[in-house]
Amino acid sequence: MKRFFTGSFLAMCVVALAVCFPSITHAAVAEICTPGSPASSASAPSGPTILPNIFDPHGPPARMIHDLSWLVLGICGGLFILVEGMIFYGVIFYRRKKNDKSKNEPRQVYGSNPVEIAWTIIPLLIVFVLALTTVRTIRSIELTEAPEGALQVVVIGHQWWWEYRYLDASIPGGEVVVANELHVPINRPVWLRLESADVIHSWWVPALAGKMDVIPNHTNYTWFNAESEGLYLGQCAEYCGNQHAGMLLRVIASKPAEFDAWLQTQIAPAVNDASVAMGRDIFQEYACSNCHTVKGVSDGQFAPDLSHLMSRQTIAAGVAPLDPTTLKAWIDNPQALKPGCNMPSLQLDPQELDAVTAYLLTLR
Amino acid sequence: MTTAPIHPTSETSIGFGSRVHSWVISVDHKKLGMMYIGAGLIFFMLGGIEATLMRLQLMKPLNDMLTPHGFNQMFTMHGTTMVFLVGMPVLLGFGNYLIPLMIGARDMAFPRLNAFGLWLFIFGGLLLYYSFIGGDGLYGMGGAPDVGWFAYSPLTSKAFSVGHATDYWILGIMVSGFGSMTTAINFMATILCMRCPGMTFMRMPLFVWLMFTVGILVLLALPVLTGAQVMLLFDRFLGAHFFDPQQQGSVIFWQHLFWFFGHPEVYILILPAFGMICEIIPVFSRKVIFGYPLMVAATLSIAFISLGVWVHHMFSVGLPPWLNSIFAASTFLIAVPTGMKMFNWIGTMWGGNIRFTVSMMFATGFLVMFLFGGLTGIMLAVVPFDWQLSDSYFVVGHFHYVLFGGTMLAVFSAVFYWFPKATGRLLSEPMGKWTFWMFMIGLTLTFFPMHLSGVLGMPRRVYTYQPGRGFELWNLISSSGVPFQIVGVLLLVTNIIKSLINGRVAGPDPWDAWTLEWATSSPPPSENFPKIPTCTSPRPLWDRKHPEDPDCFYE
Repeated sequence: MKRFFTGSFLAMCVVALAVCFPSITHAAVAEICTPGSPASSASAPSGPTILPNIFDPHGPPARMIHDLSWLVLGICGGLFILVEGMIFYGVIFYRRKKNDKSKNEPRQVYGSNPVEIAWTIIPLLIVFVLALTTVRTIRSIELTEAPEGALQVVVIGHQWWWEYRYLDASIPGGEVVVANELHVPINRPVWLRLESADVIHSWWVPALAGKMDVIPNHTNYTWFNAESEGLYLGQCAEYCGNQHAGMLLRVIASKPAEFDAWLQTQIAPAVNDASVAMGRDIFQEYACSNCHTVKGVSDGQFAPDLSHLMSRQTIAAGVAPLDPTTLKAWIDNPQALKPGCNMPSLQLDPQELDAVTAYLLTLR
Repeated sequence: MTTAPIHPTSETSIGFGSRVHSWVISVDHKKLGMMYIGAGLIFFMLGGIEATLMRLQLMKPLNDMLTPHGFNQMFTMHGTTMVFLVGMPVLLGFGNYLIPLMIGARDMAFPRLNAFGLWLFIFGGLLLYYSFIGGDGLYGMGGAPDVGWFAYSPLTSKAFSVGHATDYWILGIMVSGFGSMTTAINFMATILCMRCPGMTFMRMPLFVWLMFTVGILVLLALPVLTGAQVMLLFDRFLGAHFFDPQQQGSVIFWQHLFWFFGHPEVYILILPAFGMICEIIPVFSRKVIFGYPLMVAATLSIAFISLGVWVHHMFSVGLPPWLNSIFAASTFLIAVPTGMKMFNWIGTMWGGNIRFTVSMMFATGFLVMFLFGGLTGIMLAVVPFDWQLSDSYFVVGHFHYVLFGGTMLAVFSAVFYWFPKATGRLLSEPMGKWTFWMFMIGLTLTFFPMHLSGVLGMPRRVYTYQPGRGFELWNLISSSGVPFQIVGVLLLVTNIIKSLINGRVAGPDPWDAWTLEWATSSPPPSENFPKIPTCTSPRPLWDRKHPEDPDCFYE
């Protein structure tokens, strides 16, 4: 028995440590792990990097969920303490005494109607409350049409990157296509139409909204409203094949004026710099142009639009920072950086590689 | 206690070959039950190796020990193995072994069908594992399946799943699924038709009630999966378009079919564990189960409601608000009968005289862990909360608390409880206590931090993760729990082997228990009982041991 107690004491210490750890270390971890936003030649976002923590909401849907979650955590936490307390009380006070060798059996209790009715009715009332608050929150989050004045963006999930199409009457042609980094103005609702080009993905930026699946042949909608400037991180949340882990989400929220300026750069035609004509020719003649679009040069549909590549901070759907060295390594052998991805290595010789890299570096 | 020889000389004197042969051709429910459990434990170790590789890979960010493809095979095989080749067969094995003994029958209703079910399960499992060699097919792609244990289309279509890995997944599961269906039919027929004189429905041990309910669920749920898998085979080989979005097929349709099976499946995995706990806690608390009729009612309502909650696996699919609301409500509702059970177990311990054998320690561990898993389940039923938590590591933590902290701890408890009945030898208690603490520490270290990494935004099924998002520490702690669990498994296996060789002789009734399996010798003779027993109450042996205060007074 003594051994049992030493054992239980040790185990409870472990459990207690495991339970306390989050609160003690969370601050420390947050400090250590602060935003190593990748070094970038492009304009850095004004504002902090916001980690994908569901308890750090920065806009309505995420905040509504956050508020509801405290109620749920409170109820479940209370039940946890109560029932674990009953278990441990039973274990400690009704164990057989150390020297009890008697054959006497305790009093046999077959049940008790009042008690059993009580522990049927009380849980029923608790889940009734939970169900009502759940339904109310569902109705305020799951909208059927775009909020007033929302920025409308189509999200298309691909294995393993994101395509964003901004729809707006003010844009020539009605839409502009970008890849992997979603820029939005702060304090304006953003209405996302979610579509998939291949398998199921899921769009999840925890600080902004809950996840919504991105399903082929089934259009979904979701929305968010970023309330502060910054870079919001997230990633694909539905297993979508080899590089599911390499399908990262970045939402850059900035002041409306900065957002408009950014949008203008994306609408502009691609830079056509005569000094890198060789790189552009290689880009056009080799397989690059089959998959990638550069406005006025190629119109491939299978891979990210590169017309304004250098306005982004990362490549390979957020897996690596966008700088000349990494870009060159990526073009040379994509499989080294993102094993299993769909971009092949074209076996370019060093001269060609330099030329293509130089060309891409001009696409501001 | 009588000390009859454990192995009749006629069996020990025959050669190894003939002894194996006698097991292979056996239609005895006891041998089949033990083979189910033994094969399940072997698959448990294979699944454990896969889990260990995953935890090694995730120990640090951007690790490249496994390729993405390799990692994806590991989690697919781990999930599929643990659900179909460990959970179900081990639990069905216990059912097979115990149901006839508990209801005072000589064997199952259909002994040959019983053997057929066992061998279908074993060959189904081998077929699935053969994919490691054969999944390449002619394409040189593949290896083991890498589509996840719920195999969402269109990842399973020919376009995204080249080679034959997915076909091995379909066929392996389908074959072992047929085995489970025959076993379910057998359970129900046995329980309906072969109870001994005096054993009315309301006198059946709760374990038998729970297995009867499991039989119903298997028969209602598993054929839906088999049907969906046939449709998937049609898609892959006959040019059908059930789940092909390019031809107006519906990928969500697969999810509905899969989870219509998948959620009852979760209860197929937990109800037998409830049954074990319902037998073990009363015996070691020395008290009758608290509220037997309510336990039966709770069981049946869990089974009924479990057929109508499947959409809670699909809250982030974008279904209409009213549908999400209905399924949230039904999911909340299932917490009520589950809670009744929890309270009734505590009520049974209350006022008892609890003997902390290893079996009882595992049963208590079950209560502690399962409660936690159940409460995180309630959180996941809150639809908006689920939009954040679903498909994150929080879910992984949740179902490991339920399936490892719940089902597997109950199974370990049951192993320690019924091993003496099956072999005539007691397992070593000191070694068992070490096993228990190793698992408790290992489980908490591995699975508790997963809730936190999930809350911090780590999705499940990622072969690696980015540094700087706060995932590092929790993943490291998760991985650090693995050695404890490995030691736990090794201790258990050593304990079993050692006790088989020179364990303490158990006698027919080492725990002073009350159900009919303890009325016969250990191990029970062929055909179980020299004379078919009669039953006077839910605890026939209590009545015999306490003629002055029998149970039947209180019926």
